[in-house]
Amino acid sequence: MLSDFLVAAIVAGTPLLFAVLGEIFAERSGKLNLGLEGMMLMGAVVGFQVGLSTSQVGLALLSAMIAGGAGALIFAVLTITLRSNQVVTGLALTMFGMGFSSFVGKNLVGEALPETIKLFFQPYPIPFLCNIPFLGPILFARDPLVYGGYAAVIIGSLYLYRTRCGLHLRAVGENTAAADAAGIRVTLYQYVHVVLGGILCGLGGAYLSLVDVPAWQDNITAGRGWIAIALVIFCKWNPWVVFLGAYLFGGLDIIGFRLQRFDIPISQYIIDMLPYLVTILILVISSVRKSRGSAGPAEMGHPYFREEK
Amino acid sequence: MTIETDLYVKMQDICKTFGEVRANHNISFEVHRGEIYALLGENGAGKSTLMNILSGIYTPDSGRIYVHGEEKHFTTPSQSIEAGIGMIYQHFKLVDPLTATENIILGQKGHFLLNKRALSRRIHELADQYGFSIDPNKQAYDMSVSEKQTVEILKVLYRGADILILDEPTAVLTPQETKKLFDVMRAMKKQGCAIVIITHKLNEVMEISDWVSVMRKGETVGTIKTSETTPTELTNMMVGKTVSLSIHRPEAKKEPGVFKVTDLCVRDKEGVLRLDHINFELNGGEILGVAGVAGSGQKQLCEALTGLQPLESGSIHFRGRDMAGLSPREISLSGISVSFIPEDRLGMGLVANMDMVDNIILRDYYRQKTFLLHRRPSEEKAERLVTTLNIQTPGVHHAVKKLSGGNIQKVLLGREIACDPNVIITAYATRGLDVGSSHVVYELLNKQKTKGVAILYFGEDLDVLLELSDRIMVLCNGRISGIVDPNQVDKEALGFMMSGARKLDREDWV
Repeated sequence: MLSDFLVAAIVAGTPLLFAVLGEIFAERSGKLNLGLEGMMLMGAVVGFQVGLSTSQVGLALLSAMIAGGAGALIFAVLTITLRSNQVVTGLALTMFGMGFSSFVGKNLVGEALPETIKLFFQPYPIPFLCNIPFLGPILFARDPLVYGGYAAVIIGSLYLYRTRCGLHLRAVGENTAAADAAGIRVTLYQYVHVVLGGILCGLGGAYLSLVDVPAWQDNITAGRGWIAIALVIFCKWNPWVVFLGAYLFGGLDIIGFRLQRFDIPISQYIIDMLPYLVTILILVISSVRKSRGSAGPAEMGHPYFREEK
Repeated sequence: MTIETDLYVKMQDICKTFGEVRANHNISFEVHRGEIYALLGENGAGKSTLMNILSGIYTPDSGRIYVHGEEKHFTTPSQSIEAGIGMIYQHFKLVDPLTATENIILGQKGHFLLNKRALSRRIHELADQYGFSIDPNKQAYDMSVSEKQTVEILKVLYRGADILILDEPTAVLTPQETKKLFDVMRAMKKQGCAIVIITHKLNEVMEISDWVSVMRKGETVGTIKTSETTPTELTNMMVGKTVSLSIHRPEAKKEPGVFKVTDLCVRDKEGVLRLDHINFELNGGEILGVAGVAGSGQKQLCEALTGLQPLESGSIHFRGRDMAGLSPREISLSGISVSFIPEDRLGMGLVANMDMVDNIILRDYYRQKTFLLHRRPSEEKAERLVTTLNIQTPGVHHAVKKLSGGNIQKVLLGREIACDPNVIITAYATRGLDVGSSHVVYELLNKQKTKGVAILYFGEDLDVLLELSDRIMVLCNGRISGIVDPNQVDKEALGFMMSGARKLDREDWV
């Protein structure tokens, strides 16, 4: 029972994991990209369409990542090179992604994914690790993209805290002028990490349409992009905490569905509100308890212009 | 083109304009091995612009730059760093959440993976070589100003720079810290570095430099050997006319104890005690100077006295009336006229995008009884200020942020003085102003003093404090280290009190 629930939480949390990790990279470079929802939708619809027509998992995931990355690239050109307002640009990207996915996804409703793709995403138990009592089968007998998520968080954390590039990225987001004066290529860092953020979002979207649901439905993300933005704050921009945040919200996401069989005298709709209520709660708590470091990268949201007097 | 190896930097006919402002015009500048150059000039003379061009932050519109005999076209700071140029900025370019080590290695090439222990060791060695003491694992926001400067210098040395540029390095240091910095500079000079120091403090130029270049309004006025000039000659070159350097201190009739502060304590948002039992009296008809290293509680004291900051405990009395806990509006309505000239003129003092008239209305609009505002009286007031204070502006409806620093300060001071204040509190009133405008400010304050106004003057230039104030109060870490008579102390003594090395007993305060 409980292990079933935890497995479902991990599956539901995986799209969030990719999106939150991606947004952490973008925000660490000083760019607040509110277009997560849009980029996830673009990745979801493109991944589903390509998977449907080619039956190739690799191609489906790759094209989803390209779609998400392309969305982020639009954002990067507008906000980094043209220095447009990041909030408005991000909102526009979300609306664009929603329209784009509805348009492309019109003919995808009701289509079933090919067997090859379903087969690919069956669980692969990892020898030895899956024999750990209780947790083993939950954590280490999953589909390849869940493992990909583990790897992404671990590599992302090591990158941010243990490498020279990660140090430079943190400096860009905290004090762009100082990073620039130290000879760091600020614009390059911002482009790379904003686009990387989009790529991860696209992947998260594809997981949703190919594995989690798995079918196409309009507005498939149902606000997960927005929850991911709040989760970045919950994680205090620290990739390690993404494990906790993403799977916790994955659990909240499915808890309503799981509780249905228990005949609880609470309206289904109230329980379905849980992830959103907890999101609001987290935002309230994090802004009341303002400690150093929990405020996010200092330059987030500001455009940078070197010769500004 | 090859030139003798001792010529480290040669800048030729450098021009740079920002919009319509000519920041640098045909400037030539040379730097040789093992010598210290002072770049002297008033604010806006173009010193920082010239050095920002050399360090690759700005690209010049025209002109040539040679470094170690090779022509360079810097388009990014990294190219300048590679050429051996290291700039220590006036506003430190440190990343707050990063440690000293991380800040020092920032932007440097090396192993992809960071070996923190090895890097810290390397930085320890470098610090020892030049006689610095430093904790490599301290985060920048926990550092004092002088520690931050040490990190900045180490950053430059770590990169192997042999041409160092220091932009106003002493502005935030106590006299003792300045002396230590100068010792380090002399040590670097001996090791063969070429050093440029940007400053507008004459005594420092005389003390540390071998050569001095004077700049005025974007042009070089001249370059002379420091040993062959005098402070007076340099001032005249800087300002372009003969000015008197001394500040007048008129005698005024004193009204004792107009303003009385007792056991004032203030905590900031993080719960840190920023003012710790402050006790002092301010007399009518006197200027009480306040000295202290930046962040010693000046801001909190200003804001506590003006009703902007909630008090933890203590009282503030004006002519026997308690005004602690009142808001600025309540203080004003109770008939006490307090004028506050904040440090941040365009943030807190005036609304930058509004014109003079609207800024004047802001001060007393709530006294108007009608629903719609009468602009005419304020317009007249603005025009009077323009003529009496000689404010350079295209008109009273010109946004104040477009005026020069000196004129902005005249608008703010003029508005406040026009309210007939009982008490004036000024924080760094002459920061960013040139010598001429500063003297106008001193004269305005002196005039108010002779009218019997009580003035609290927060200053950073100790020379000015010693000349202008009737008494000087020294703050250190939110406490008063003493109140002294400027005729009986020197800068050295003030410095010791600012750093907390010396404290006076209450009985010895003047």
